[in-house]
Amino acid sequence: MAMRSVLESLNQGLLRAFTAIPSVYLLGEDVLDPYGGAFKVTRGLSSAFPQRVLTTPISEAGITGLAAGMALRGLRPVVEVMFGDFITLIADQVLNHLAKFRWMYNEQVTVPVVIRTPMGGRRGYGPTHSQTLEKHFIGMPGLHVIAPAAIGDPGDLLYQAIHKTRDPLLFIENKLLYLLPLQSEEQADFTIETLPGADKPAWNGLPESTFPTPCYRLRVRGAPPATVTLAAYGYMAHIAQQAMLELALEHELFCELIVPTRLAPVAAGEIRASVARTQRLLVLEEGTRALGWGAEVLAQVAEAPGAGLRAAARLAALDLPVPASGALEALVLPGAPEVIAAALKLAEKQTLSI
Amino acid sequence: MIRRNCSPMTEANHSQHRYRALYRIRRFEETVLEKFPTGVFFGTTHTYLGQEANAVGVLECLQQGDIVFSNHRCHGHFLAYGGDARALFAELMGRATGVCAGKGGSQHLQWKNFYSNGVQGGIAPVAVGMALAEKFKGSPAVTVVFLGDGTLGEGVLYEALNLASLWRAPLLFVLENNRIAQTTPLELALAGAIAARFQAFGIPCTELDTSDVEPINAAAQELLGRVRSGDGPQALLLHTQRFGPHSKGDDTRTPQEIENLKRQRDPLPIQAARLTPEWIAQIQAEVDAEISAAFQQALADPFPTAEAL
Ligand SMILES: Cc1ncc(C[n+]2csc(CCOP(=O)(O)OP(=O)(O)O)c2C)c(N)n1
Ligand SMILES: [Mg+2]
Repeated sequence: MAMRSVLESLNQGLLRAFTAIPSVYLLGEDVLDPYGGAFKVTRGLSSAFPQRVLTTPISEAGITGLAAGMALRGLRPVVEVMFGDFITLIADQVLNHLAKFRWMYNEQVTVPVVIRTPMGGRRGYGPTHSQTLEKHFIGMPGLHVIAPAAIGDPGDLLYQAIHKTRDPLLFIENKLLYLLPLQSEEQADFTIETLPGADKPAWNGLPESTFPTPCYRLRVRGAPPATVTLAAYGYMAHIAQQAMLELALEHELFCELIVPTRLAPVAAGEIRASVARTQRLLVLEEGTRALGWGAEVLAQVAEAPGAGLRAAARLAALDLPVPASGALEALVLPGAPEVIAAALKLAEKQTLSI
Repeated sequence: MIRRNCSPMTEANHSQHRYRALYRIRRFEETVLEKFPTGVFFGTTHTYLGQEANAVGVLECLQQGDIVFSNHRCHGHFLAYGGDARALFAELMGRATGVCAGKGGSQHLQWKNFYSNGVQGGIAPVAVGMALAEKFKGSPAVTVVFLGDGTLGEGVLYEALNLASLWRAPLLFVLENNRIAQTTPLELALAGAIAARFQAFGIPCTELDTSDVEPINAAAQELLGRVRSGDGPQALLLHTQRFGPHSKGDDTRTPQEIENLKRQRDPLPIQAARLTPEWIAQIQAEVDAEISAAFQQALADPFPTAEAL
């Protein structure tokens, strides 16, 4: 069987949702065939389901509000925001409308809206088309934030989200994931275990939308027990894997990598469990450091009774906009060399300067 | 909710019903302002005093399944929709029996097909989405959304107008222009014409400057007829007057100005002129009793407990 890419998997997940669920609609800019969306995730959809794929004006807030109204009236809309950088434009709709309605209206309504958006840099798109902004949407009661990696089946995750969610859900697709092949449990260099994932009770008693949001544990195949835990999601997990191989082969530092797909409500249970074994945690993210996902994960791990944390660090983007020039972008966004250096430092291994 | 199309009411009956609906809102809101200083209500409130004919005139045209999205000034809309006065009092008082069990408060109501939210403008695209959803589902339901003149300053409203017209949403925009937004008079906030804003998006706009529920009802009837027959969204621009403060104790207008408005633009005497004094007295007595009982019942209702979270 040919290896599927993340893009193909997501595209198939969407097609499957449209085929199986007549109430699914998609709203987004430039989503019609033959173009099929700026990143082609929606390719083929409008040909197969012309009535339910709506190409929209450039009105991110408007179409997100529309989706909320559609969801309140029994449909299951999917919104594509062309670049993740523009989720700031939907912030009021998400925070003060979609994520509020179910609770504020005393559970009398549901708002099953999935908002998908390509996020992240490393493609030279410059300061307003390369950001990683999901941290601003973590900690909004009522909003799920999910991010696939090139592990497992991102398309199935998307399908489950569209099919099962009862709450608004932000689905973050790192752009560099799209062309990566999916990794499976038979992956040559790594063992990949699928953990149950979310351990986090719902916000204030709201029942969780009931679909699995798996968490993955990766180890270098045949390596001795890990002494450092890496935690990363999305494309940073891919970078972490590159670093893990080199750390194992060149430095004899063995890590295990925990890759959650659920970012909010923050689920740090599997990371905590790993840290209980390794006592060292390095959290990786492509967004800027302050008040980020990593900060929250670290806080949750540290707060747990008997955390046993001996050393912890965060590796994130520099607190700068993302430059267009590849030469500068590589300095601002964390890559495998930075992960390696940070892991060695954490493990107090001697290292040459990077 | 009075359903003109469904009820074989006589004209006299009709006038009584309308007066009752207007007076019910009036007494509810007067009670809210009167009792606020006693500390029984949480937060704030935006009363509908002076604008009652808009809600009553428009919502009388609703049919089964139709949807209303209202804004911060939603009490009148809710009551005209058929909402329960006790549940609304209870919501303002933060009681478990409130419309949303005390979670939403004055501006955040949901009951049957009635919804409200207190963020200016943001409800417009949501209402468009609701209207479209009903259309996509093949349901005959139409949607009515209420907006204020101050909300014309919000950008997302114009995205909503464009989308509504582009996709022919079965939706009626009701713009209640009371010429003031909190303390800011229209002249300091609005350039150009209101009707032209709708018309620029291909949405026909009917304009009325009256406090008489009859012509408002007739216009709404006509416009909702067009919406129902698939003509796309329509707008009803109602020039109106707010008698009370924006919320409470925050009126920057002179008492003289407000007295003048009340003399010229009160919907209640206009409607009362169609009734006999006996009917007026009877309706007033019944509604006074209803509102007072609703208030007392709500006051005796329990507060929600931690399980409600
Ligand atoms: C986005 C937003 N900005 C500000 C406010 C605060 N606010 C509440 S009502 C109001 C005035 C609204 O005026 P208008 O739309 O004319 O409605 P009216 O109060 O006259 O009915 C303001 C500024 C708000 N609720 N939402
Ligand atoms: Mg106003």
